[in-house]
Amino acid sequence: MFAYIIRRILYAIPILLGVNVITFTLFFVVNKPDDMARMHLGMKHVQQADIDKWKSSHGYDKPLFYNSSPVTGGHLTDTIFFKKSIRLFVFDFGNADDGRNIGHDIRQRVLPSLAIAIPIFIIGLLLNITLALIIAFFRATYVDYTGMILCVVLMSISTLFYIIGGQYLISKVWHLVPISGFSTHISTLSKFIILPVVVGVIGGIGSGTRWYRTIFLEEISKDYVRTVRAKGMPERVVLFRHVLRNALVPILTGVVVVIPLLFMGSLILESFFGIPGLGSYTIDAIGSQDFAIVRSMVFLGSALYILGLILTDISYTMVDPRIRLGAEAS
Amino acid sequence: MSKPSLIFALSLLTVLAVTTGVATSEHVKWVFLWTDILIYVLILAVGSFAIQVWRKEHLRAPWHHVSQRPLAMAAAVVLSMYMIIGVLDSIHFREPLDNQAGQTEMHYSGEVVSLFDKLAGPLGNQGEKTYSAPFASHLFTKETIDSPQGPIRAYPRLQYGGHHLADPDRDFWPDLIKGASLSFIYSLMFWLVLLAAVTHLLARHYAKGFVPMLRQIASGKTSVPFRSLFLTFGLICYLTAFILIFGDKYHILGTDKVGNDVLFFSLKSIRTGLVFGTLTTLIMLPFAVMLGIMAGYFRGWVDDVIQYVYTTLSSIPGVLLIAAAILSLQVYMANNPEMFETVTERADLRLLFLCIILGITSWTGLCRLLRAETLKVCRLDYIEAALSFGTSHFKIITRHILPNVMHIILISIVLDFSGLVLAEAVLSYVGVGVDPITTSWGNMINSARLEMARDPMVWWSLAAAFIFMFTLVLAANLFSDAVRDAFDPRITRAKQ
Repeated sequence: MFAYIIRRILYAIPILLGVNVITFTLFFVVNKPDDMARMHLGMKHVQQADIDKWKSSHGYDKPLFYNSSPVTGGHLTDTIFFKKSIRLFVFDFGNADDGRNIGHDIRQRVLPSLAIAIPIFIIGLLLNITLALIIAFFRATYVDYTGMILCVVLMSISTLFYIIGGQYLISKVWHLVPISGFSTHISTLSKFIILPVVVGVIGGIGSGTRWYRTIFLEEISKDYVRTVRAKGMPERVVLFRHVLRNALVPILTGVVVVIPLLFMGSLILESFFGIPGLGSYTIDAIGSQDFAIVRSMVFLGSALYILGLILTDISYTMVDPRIRLGAEAS
Repeated sequence: MSKPSLIFALSLLTVLAVTTGVATSEHVKWVFLWTDILIYVLILAVGSFAIQVWRKEHLRAPWHHVSQRPLAMAAAVVLSMYMIIGVLDSIHFREPLDNQAGQTEMHYSGEVVSLFDKLAGPLGNQGEKTYSAPFASHLFTKETIDSPQGPIRAYPRLQYGGHHLADPDRDFWPDLIKGASLSFIYSLMFWLVLLAAVTHLLARHYAKGFVPMLRQIASGKTSVPFRSLFLTFGLICYLTAFILIFGDKYHILGTDKVGNDVLFFSLKSIRTGLVFGTLTTLIMLPFAVMLGIMAGYFRGWVDDVIQYVYTTLSSIPGVLLIAAAILSLQVYMANNPEMFETVTERADLRLLFLCIILGITSWTGLCRLLRAETLKVCRLDYIEAALSFGTSHFKIITRHILPNVMHIILISIVLDFSGLVLAEAVLSYVGVGVDPITTSWGNMINSARLEMARDPMVWWSLAAAFIFMFTLVLAANLFSDAVRDAFDPRITRAKQ
């Protein structure tokens, strides 16, 4: 088990390296640092001296891969690729274009992101599984049919409309909570996060419920369920004691993989509701064309996704004793 | 000739007639945007695929299942309406400018227009000054107007909307009711004629009387759900007649900030949405299919490399990769402005690039599914038999494996569509979507955010974008559900 985890973590390194190469190509090879500088300083009438100054102050005045100037050492380390890409592996994100430390900003903004991401995740999961179980209980009846149509309708509405609609109805018409904002005090926090959480949960009901229903129905059609029914168990017991427990295995695949990504926050929810989390951080960076932040967030996101994959594999072995990892599996 | 092909030929003829009408009346300069060309390629591909399916009994069977689902067929009618508008909007040209005396060379306007713009006519070119509400005859904001009593602050009359009314307060409702009932009568007449014609044909086909056939359709007991087809089509007829009657007299869905007709913009956005939903898939499909099957078929190091590539790509959060790519593209375009002849071409290239990037981020899912399925198919006896006959790898893949994984490809195409249309809106909001000059629902929603904050609220842009987008996505979802049910062997097995 331990050896397996180590191997998986080692396997993540080439993938992260690949991610780095891709972002590096996008940001430094497709566009030269000169182009970036010109973009930031205003397109036309920019002197080469200004460009050089901008580049040296942001650390872009080095060769891309190979530095031939130093006499001793630093041929490979004193380059943009090393300074800007490889340093990410030790989570040293460097400075943003406005001079702030990205790592510090990220640590500051993780908590607000989690404050809405975790409630959405937990409430959404429980609600969707409950609804899916109810629909599966009434399968092939009008409850199932209407429920499914309703799910498709909910799925067909863009998240943007849920947010705009929610803000309009709850904040503007009914004046229940403020439209947007955030507070670090626990006492006032709830009134700011309740609307984003509600909107986030409702936005996920359609696809979530449908997805869990498919899992439950697949489980219901298996042989052991028939056996349980043949023993004369009531449908309630069949569904809750047998189907639900066994369905947890496929549910886990979809769930565990997204847990680390919760740290990244939600791009759209956060920027609509003015929550100072990582999602709105990314959006602002995209808006102001701050490449350093976008690069850091790409790296962070990929690392968290890979962490999610590793966690999924580990959690599999815990819930399903049939799955054995490592040498004996192959 | 069979019925579907007859209908197809008729609609093709109409489009051809209009096109040649435009082409011969004035010497226009045709413009082929990149996305236009890809759309034509897509139509050709879908057409040849449809012909192949039509010829083979076993390929037709699942589609036959789809055609029996009332909801799916209603959705198909709606989807085809969207598609017709989208295709009409993909035929672009530049009109000639008025010839000066003694001038021999033709000069063309810098503005690229589409066939749809021409057909929509008054919808597109009756702009107002600024916001006006749906069916309004006055502007939304007050202005200083000269009157006999001197200048006053009032809501000025619109230039086009409700222009024909002498006194809007008195004449509006009678005019609206008259127009609505007129469009009802026209569309009902058209609908009844069509209903009678189809019923007649069906009655002949089944060797039945006209009235029993009509009764059968009305009770919804035909194998192809004609009742739902006709109901949907009737609704579309009514809406079309409504727009035809009111389109040049009012702004049915109001006007936006610079006075453009919102209905026209929503209709124009259809093309962007469709391009997004279909071209992305078209672009990623060859990669996903080729790599997925290769990984599953050759295994070994090929498999390792392909798996590495797609794990790497899929581990980058999609929105961020798109943002990164679009940011680079923006810098590139800003530094090379000489590459683009017109603004439309630049916007179009950005749209295409967005599709490519989205394709790159979304092929991994299909690739993984295909790899798994190919691994399964490769273990079957007939592949081994083909191998022992000395059949080449290429032939085995194209003749034996590809047809057997086709259902997965098809299901993922139709399932992806609605998600892509929704993604367009989100990306435009994030600021990495289509060009700001491209009409798209995403851009409409984006600008609507500021309008919502006004008091009184400007709600109609948002509502229009919502209605059009929701209808398309809902129809696509309903249709794709039916396709999945018909093609997924797991589901069909569970039913039996």
